[in-house]
Amino acid sequence: MAAVMPVPAASRVLMSGNEAVARAVWEAGVKVAAAYPGTPSTEMLEVISTYPDLYAEWSVNEKVSLEVAIGCAYAGSRAFCCMKHVGMNVASDALMTLTLTGVVGGLVIAIADDVGLSSSQNEQDSRYWGRFAHVPVLEPADSQEAYAMTLYGYALSEKLQVPVILRMTTRINHVKSLVTVGERGEHVGAGFTKEPARFVMVPGNAGKRIPLMFAREIKLRELAETSELNFIEDGPDKRVGFIASGPAYMHVKESFPNAPVLKLGFSSPVPFDKCRELAAMVDQVVVVEEVEPLVETELKAQGLKVIGKEILPLQGELSPNVLKPAIARLLGEPMPETTTFAPMQVFPRPPTMCVACPHLGVYYTLSQVRNLNISGDIGCYTLGAGHPWNALDTCVSMGASMGVALGMDKGRGEADKDKRIVAVIGDSTFLHMGMQGLLDMVYNKGNVTVLLLDNRAVGMTGGQNNPGNGYGIHGEEAPRIDFARLVSALGVKDERIHKVNPYELPVLFKTIRDEVKVPDVSVIITDQPCVLVKDYHKLKPFEVMDDKCTGCGNCIDVGCPAIHVTSRGKEVKPSGREVDLAFVRIETSVCTGCGLCVQPCAPKAIVHHMATSPINLVTKGCEA
Amino acid sequence: MSENTNILVVGIGGQGVMTATEILAEAAIALGHDAKKTEVAGMAQRGGVVSSHLRFGQRVLSPQITPGTADVLLGFESAEAMRWQHMLRPGGITLMNTARLVPPVVELGLFDYPEDPLAEIKKCGNKVVAFDATSIAQGLGDIRLGNTVMLGAIADHLPFGAETLLDCVLKRFQRKGEKLVELNRRAFEAGRAAVGQAEAALA
Repeated sequence: MAAVMPVPAASRVLMSGNEAVARAVWEAGVKVAAAYPGTPSTEMLEVISTYPDLYAEWSVNEKVSLEVAIGCAYAGSRAFCCMKHVGMNVASDALMTLTLTGVVGGLVIAIADDVGLSSSQNEQDSRYWGRFAHVPVLEPADSQEAYAMTLYGYALSEKLQVPVILRMTTRINHVKSLVTVGERGEHVGAGFTKEPARFVMVPGNAGKRIPLMFAREIKLRELAETSELNFIEDGPDKRVGFIASGPAYMHVKESFPNAPVLKLGFSSPVPFDKCRELAAMVDQVVVVEEVEPLVETELKAQGLKVIGKEILPLQGELSPNVLKPAIARLLGEPMPETTTFAPMQVFPRPPTMCVACPHLGVYYTLSQVRNLNISGDIGCYTLGAGHPWNALDTCVSMGASMGVALGMDKGRGEADKDKRIVAVIGDSTFLHMGMQGLLDMVYNKGNVTVLLLDNRAVGMTGGQNNPGNGYGIHGEEAPRIDFARLVSALGVKDERIHKVNPYELPVLFKTIRDEVKVPDVSVIITDQPCVLVKDYHKLKPFEVMDDKCTGCGNCIDVGCPAIHVTSRGKEVKPSGREVDLAFVRIETSVCTGCGLCVQPCAPKAIVHHMATSPINLVTKGCEA
Repeated sequence: MSENTNILVVGIGGQGVMTATEILAEAAIALGHDAKKTEVAGMAQRGGVVSSHLRFGQRVLSPQITPGTADVLLGFESAEAMRWQHMLRPGGITLMNTARLVPPVVELGLFDYPEDPLAEIKKCGNKVVAFDATSIAQGLGDIRLGNTVMLGAIADHLPFGAETLLDCVLKRFQRKGEKLVELNRRAFEAGRAAVGQAEAALA
């Protein structure tokens, strides 16, 4: 990971938006970059960490990452912080005061909106944070612009001493396009100047800063009116003029090459005069933005007659095949034909847990324990809601499994009076926001069994390091949190804390069943690494002995993707009940020998696989 | 923007769909094209659907391929090749691996895997060339060579010569030693030959 990006200066490179921002951050002479990983923002900091001469860290959550960046910017050096859209909800507490103090060294906050919900709990438009905090928002439309706007963001940030939001969406973060990069410049920090009236936001001081914030906004709007990032491209077809930002601009250009377009790169505060200028050129104006009608609403409030979400969707990604029919309808034209035939019906292929994932055993076990209400969390754990486990009942936001579980416990109605409440959370998630919830649960005497699934990584975003695995962003050794001691320090009784190997299903089952009966807070920590992290050790694969397999299908219920059905059948039980049979095989090329499927196999049909002599292995057993 | 070439590469997480698309993009750029590459991967690492879009030409605006405008559909898996048929333009071509990767929801009996994806695809009326890329990769000793086999398969269906694409494939493996370079060269040529033969059989 620690290799320096081998990109020579002044060359054209295929880069994702995330890579382009990272390059610009490095070129801008940034000193501190911090983030918590989250799709689609993760690669920004991952790539930054490969550059020399700057400090990069995985913070435990977005609020902390912004605070670290703020400290650097107060000290006069350039700082960077990035997050996904939901991350700003967490960081917003710091942002709303940062907007009053402003910065000394430039500070760019890149927010990645997951438009289209590729892997998030909600879809939210982060441009509102710009409006809410009265800070400028820059919106790139491709990787080159992401690069250029990041550099511009630092200049703007220092010019007006304002934090700058770089608003990206999945189609910027994860689209690769060509970028002409430059050289690294040195940024000499001003150093920290003691100025309590500015940096100590007690009410008396903060109150005096608010008028300055609004005065700054007037300057920002003037800048937006004249900024080269906001420009009109004329066109011969004056029936509709478009106002567009971000990827929406590209879709507009693709769909209506002859129409006049106002491209907003410096989109907040909205340059009203520029918008009026476009409106004067055309019959009608359509505002094209992902996802909320933010610019549209502001323009309507200014008395401008514009069209937007009356004809465009309020959810999901825009694209030429969304825009073209909408505009055709507006103009009363026939619908453009986009496709020759309808999509064919094919089974869904939802994401699954990995082969041998330690969580498989946890969710399999939870699915076998009756009478549970299970409060879940984000990340891989959410997959437990799917088939075959169906072992998750809620998922709200990172860390929320703790508080939600306590609420389910305290707020239980008559129907749930005998239900046991279980909360499931991952290691990084617990450090991010779960600790406080657990503390609350202990303090308020909840009756919840917490499963803390420590897989030593931020699993779903790609296995990033965190204080739970004892490695820093560069893979260097770092102090490692002892979860049992941490949980104990938060007030969980030591006899209620258990460490369990999630591959040992009987122990896991017994521990869960025993703890849910105790009317107190229990924490069961599972301690096996994510199969995607590099210290995971593969064992000898297993195979199914066809003559022994009875087709009971118990192994399928574990949910491991390495198990495949070879044939199905039916059996009539002596009671007359008909049961479905599924005979299986194990894909030995991907099986890691974790042994989870072996345990529920009553006929002991699953044995170690060896190409030369399977019989030999049966006798040798599981010494691998 | 019909002068752009649109290539849709589809499969499931872990098959190397995104890497293959990136190599195709590098080849297009090496020949002076503008290019954009994007994917709908979601939580693809967990065995989900991956569809990777590549557009190249003089100037590319939208990164997404509009349904009904893909020139080539490169399918790493049978059912996925079927799932994305509507993306092809009239006269477009599907190059598909006949391998069937069956997901847990099908193993659990909740859904059916299509009996004959190739036959379903043929019903759409566009040209389709099917071959067993997975077996070819296995025959060469490593299933991970599958995406290089698939790149070989598309080599003669691009608006530029196969040599540039092969160069870009081999460049990826240069640092990893001559043995891997050679294996990938063979995988590429095997994929190219397999498609050539399958096409000849169709004609």
